[in-house]
Amino acid sequence: MASLSREEVAHVAQLARLNLTDEQLDTFTPQLAAILANAADVEALDLDDVPPTSHPYPLQNVWRPDVVRQSGVRDAVLAAAPATQDGMFRVPSVLGDAP
Amino acid sequence: MSALEIAAAVRAGERTARAVVEEHLSLIGVREPELHAFNLVTAEQALAAADAVDARVAAGEDPGPLAGVPIALKDNLCTTAIPTTCSSKILAGWKPPYDATVVERLAAAGAISLGKTNLDEFAMGSSTEHSAFGPSKNPHDITKVPGGSSGGSAVAVAAGFAPLALGSDTGGSIRQPAALCGVVGVKPTYGRVSRYGLVAFASSLDQIGPFAATVADAAALYEVIAGYDPRDSTSIPEALPPVRHRLDDGVAGLRVGLVTELCQAEGIAPDVVARVAAAAEALAAAGAKVEEVSVPAVIYGLSAYYLIAPAEASSNLARYDGVRYGLRVDAPTTAEMYDRTRTEGFGPEVLRRIMLGTYALSAGYYDAYYGKAQKVRTLIIRDFQAAYERFDVLISPTSPTTAFALGAKADPLAMYLNDICTIPSNLAGHPAMSVPFGVGADGLPVGVQVMANALDEVTMFQVAATLEGAMA
Repeated sequence: MASLSREEVAHVAQLARLNLTDEQLDTFTPQLAAILANAADVEALDLDDVPPTSHPYPLQNVWRPDVVRQSGVRDAVLAAAPATQDGMFRVPSVLGDAP
Repeated sequence: MSALEIAAAVRAGERTARAVVEEHLSLIGVREPELHAFNLVTAEQALAAADAVDARVAAGEDPGPLAGVPIALKDNLCTTAIPTTCSSKILAGWKPPYDATVVERLAAAGAISLGKTNLDEFAMGSSTEHSAFGPSKNPHDITKVPGGSSGGSAVAVAAGFAPLALGSDTGGSIRQPAALCGVVGVKPTYGRVSRYGLVAFASSLDQIGPFAATVADAAALYEVIAGYDPRDSTSIPEALPPVRHRLDDGVAGLRVGLVTELCQAEGIAPDVVARVAAAAEALAAAGAKVEEVSVPAVIYGLSAYYLIAPAEASSNLARYDGVRYGLRVDAPTTAEMYDRTRTEGFGPEVLRRIMLGTYALSAGYYDAYYGKAQKVRTLIIRDFQAAYERFDVLISPTSPTTAFALGAKADPLAMYLNDICTIPSNLAGHPAMSVPFGVGADGLPVGVQVMANALDEVTMFQVAATLEGAMA
């Protein structure tokens, strides 16, 4: 399964919201293929009876008392944004021009 | 002076924190231009903080256990109103609105931050060569890498810029640079140190930990930063056993396992293995029972890690979209703005890992890659548990080789192989540390890795202290 096509890499880049140049695709395709080929040892293991571990410990949900507290960072958060308006993050057009 | 000596002198009023900070800033002034440990030196803030510590001493108040001790912070730890870049262009200009828990705890302990240290972008790398601001250099030989990703922090301690530093370790990013720079580096048990305010790379693996010149200093820093934090849902609620008063307990009767697979893996240099064998002999001479032990599943650690960590990273780094902070590359539509911001803001290694992770998580490949890697994680934990039924600690090399030349590992896979010995402890969530133990054939430092079972930092530090004593 080590083969990875340039088209697949371009598709993955699109999924990850990246706009790669032809040169970047040429560079990344063989590199990613080599890294995945290196994972062939894991791919080849028969692990049907092994449960997956997503986390080092079997964590339970963590609860805390529902106490109202001051967060107080809204202005600082907005001050760090590239563009704001009326206390909100401002972004370019999402749906095209307004009618 | 060690961190503990500085703290004792400042607390006793024998030295001022200001004098200590000025001395370290002047050292930075001399050697920082060739080493590039720091992304930012915050001299003014450091001197102001030092004056505050001195005022507390003068007023007869307790200035804290690390009073006046300079410390360098990896630049992926959030610091209020001070830029936090992760050595990435995508966070250009960002100043966090809050402090990481560890930063708060250090300030409360009287430690003085000197600035933010260089790293591989978003902590992805083993050499600091993936920093958007250029590499750091190894103080023992500036043609060599310092390791990574916390390379700047390792350099800061090795060069004497600060007796202490903090790093983060996802697959070896504290231990490997510590080994390559000849200092002590500790990755505590996952959950021991709050990750609140640590910019996320791979959340099930990331852990903050100390760098120091001595094991006792590392233990003192560990005791300050570790402990439960309600702001990190993965923080361990169990009480924290202090480690420092046990450092001199020795290793008599302890069972030490030398991990066969990690001494025989591909690319492990004979001179490094020889130092680990010498460490095993030193522990045996100090009364430990040392035997070889097989932990078979660790050989799959590297492959599993380079599926799991990129998968988590691809998800964590989705937040860098140009909307709320950092870089925005303008475009006519929001969708194009996302694409252009991310493509121009991330460096090549981060792009590679985002794509690798996105692929490993994508429909049709999830079971074959990410799902299987998670099952390997279970196997590694099982094999470690079996080993810890027979042994108190395990030892191995930290890094396969001593520091390599800048530019020597341009092939991504070659770079990844540096992490082969350190990754298993991250996958298992166990504590592990690197302690300097002599030099290799090239005269550069070699680190020995001491691994312990979850929550057993005490025994790990005890063994490290014994190794340090054997080299003295």
